[in-house]
Amino acid sequence: MSKQVIVIGGGVAGLEAAGQLSKAGIEVSLIEKENKTGGHLNDWYKLFPDRRNSSEVKEYLDGITHHDGIKLLTNTTIEKFNSNKSHFSIITNEGKELTADAVVVATGFDLFKSARKEEYGYGIYDNVITSTDLEEMFRKGKIVLSNGNVPKTIGIVHCVGSRDEKVGNLYCSKLCCVTAVKQAIELREHLPESKVFCFYMDMRMGGAFYEELYREAQEKWGVNFIRGKVSEAGEAIDNKLIIKVEDTLAGRPLKMEVDLLVLMAGMEMSEGGKKISKMCGLNTGENRFFAVADHHYGSNRSNIKGVFYAGTCTAPMNITETISHARAAVSEVMDYLKNVRK
Amino acid sequence: MEKFGFTISKGRQIDYESNDRRIAEYIFEREPSFRLCIECGGCSATCTTGNLTQFSLRELHILIKRGENDQVRQNIRKCMLCGKCTLVCPRGVNTRNIVVLAKQAFQKSDEYAI
Ligand SMILES: Cc1cc2nc3c(=O)[nH]c(=O)nc-3n(C[C@H](O)[C@H](O)[C@H](O)COP(=O)(O)OP(=O)(O)OC[C@H]3O[C@@H](n4cnc5c(N)ncnc54)[C@H](O)[C@@H]3O)c2cc1C
Ligand code: SF4
Ligand code: SF4
Ligand code: SF4
Repeated sequence: MSKQVIVIGGGVAGLEAAGQLSKAGIEVSLIEKENKTGGHLNDWYKLFPDRRNSSEVKEYLDGITHHDGIKLLTNTTIEKFNSNKSHFSIITNEGKELTADAVVVATGFDLFKSARKEEYGYGIYDNVITSTDLEEMFRKGKIVLSNGNVPKTIGIVHCVGSRDEKVGNLYCSKLCCVTAVKQAIELREHLPESKVFCFYMDMRMGGAFYEELYREAQEKWGVNFIRGKVSEAGEAIDNKLIIKVEDTLAGRPLKMEVDLLVLMAGMEMSEGGKKISKMCGLNTGENRFFAVADHHYGSNRSNIKGVFYAGTCTAPMNITETISHARAAVSEVMDYLKNVRK
Repeated sequence: MEKFGFTISKGRQIDYESNDRRIAEYIFEREPSFRLCIECGGCSATCTTGNLTQFSLRELHILIKRGENDQVRQNIRKCMLCGKCTLVCPRGVNTRNIVVLAKQAFQKSDEYAI
């Protein structure tokens, strides 16, 4: 009889893991709480670093998961989890029982809830939006203010909810700097008359072709970069937003009026992941993401034998890293299934 | 000989070896969060004094750390100790206390007494 594996979460990581497992002859139950798979990939329009359409990556993932060995359960959550040595069983929200020889947790991340940074006015001022809201505008091909006008001056705030002790997140989300650069370019493309300003503390361009994209933003698109953390945003009578920042390189406070303010919200451990962590007794770290067994050679292993991690449920990652991490999880699972004592 | 009216000015260089960093050491010991500053300027952007006069708390921090004490002494008086800056710091630096301690340190040192 072929071995069975339960994959929890149908984002990039869960889909890649399920696809690779089924290729290796494993029977997979893929559990996704939403009504469709894809996770956050569905929220993005064009991807950094090469700005291909996100639907191309989704097509690839749909392709590898189109397999008889994969049983997809959408709108499904786990209500009970039992482990008995090398045997796992779960009960779903619909009362269905599933059993497995191993489990892959791929519950992903949640976007930081920007309303928590009250000083930026998200949810208060209409023209303060997040990077995700902007992706939706790009997808619709229409970038407009709440009154229907086209924005002329646009500010982008880095590190919203990351690297910020005030919200309890000390870590860097790793990919919001490059997202800011990508979105700044796209804004200039869509609105050639606009001026775009990125307000950053550090430009973290540590991925393949990120720095090149940064250069392109300066050279080809005239995006402005100002080094300073925006301390607050307020609204003037004419609906313009007034932001306050120190231009730290000029050493002077700077006030600017913008029409649109885009917040680069960071990544946090998902609520879905927290639920699984509690239910299964899986350890989390200080940053609240799942704690991996070893940071160098055990980043897919958990504190429970037979339960493995894939993707951003362990740390912020881009899609390339997520896919690699999911493949590594599969190699750990295969190794485990081969050697496990019954 | 004709006089050209220039004076020998102190170079712009921060002379790291000869600068006196005792004020900084005094603060590090009593307020370890002083080490956590990443120079983001959040504090100085929100500071009322900084918006009205030539004063930047962020700059003050780095000048203390480099031992540029003359410049610090000239500026530190401008802080009203309102504590607004402490509310925004992403690194949890106890910004207000740093000014308090710096003033204390100046008072204790003969050389720099204010
Ligand atoms: C603003 C922004 C822009 C980005 N743009 C890019 C880009 O251009 N290029 C790039 O390479 N990367 C980009 N990324 C990163 C990319 O989104 C991630 O690498 C990728 O989505 C991670 O996939 P994942 O499967 O780990 O997590 P997710 O996408 O979060 O998927 C997790 C899935 O698990 C499900 N789930 C969660 N909990 C449960 C549960 N308890 N039970 C059942 N199902 C559950 C969720 O519904 C979801 O479908 C961006 C990230 C951000 C924040
Ligand atoms: S990637 Fe950039 S914007 Fe995102 S948290 Fe890190 S430094 Fe801030
Ligand atoms: S305590 Fe001093 S530095 Fe801080 S905001 Fe008030 S005046 Fe500015
Ligand atoms: S807000 Fe905090 S980290 Fe930023 S410059 Fe001021 S003291 Fe330093």
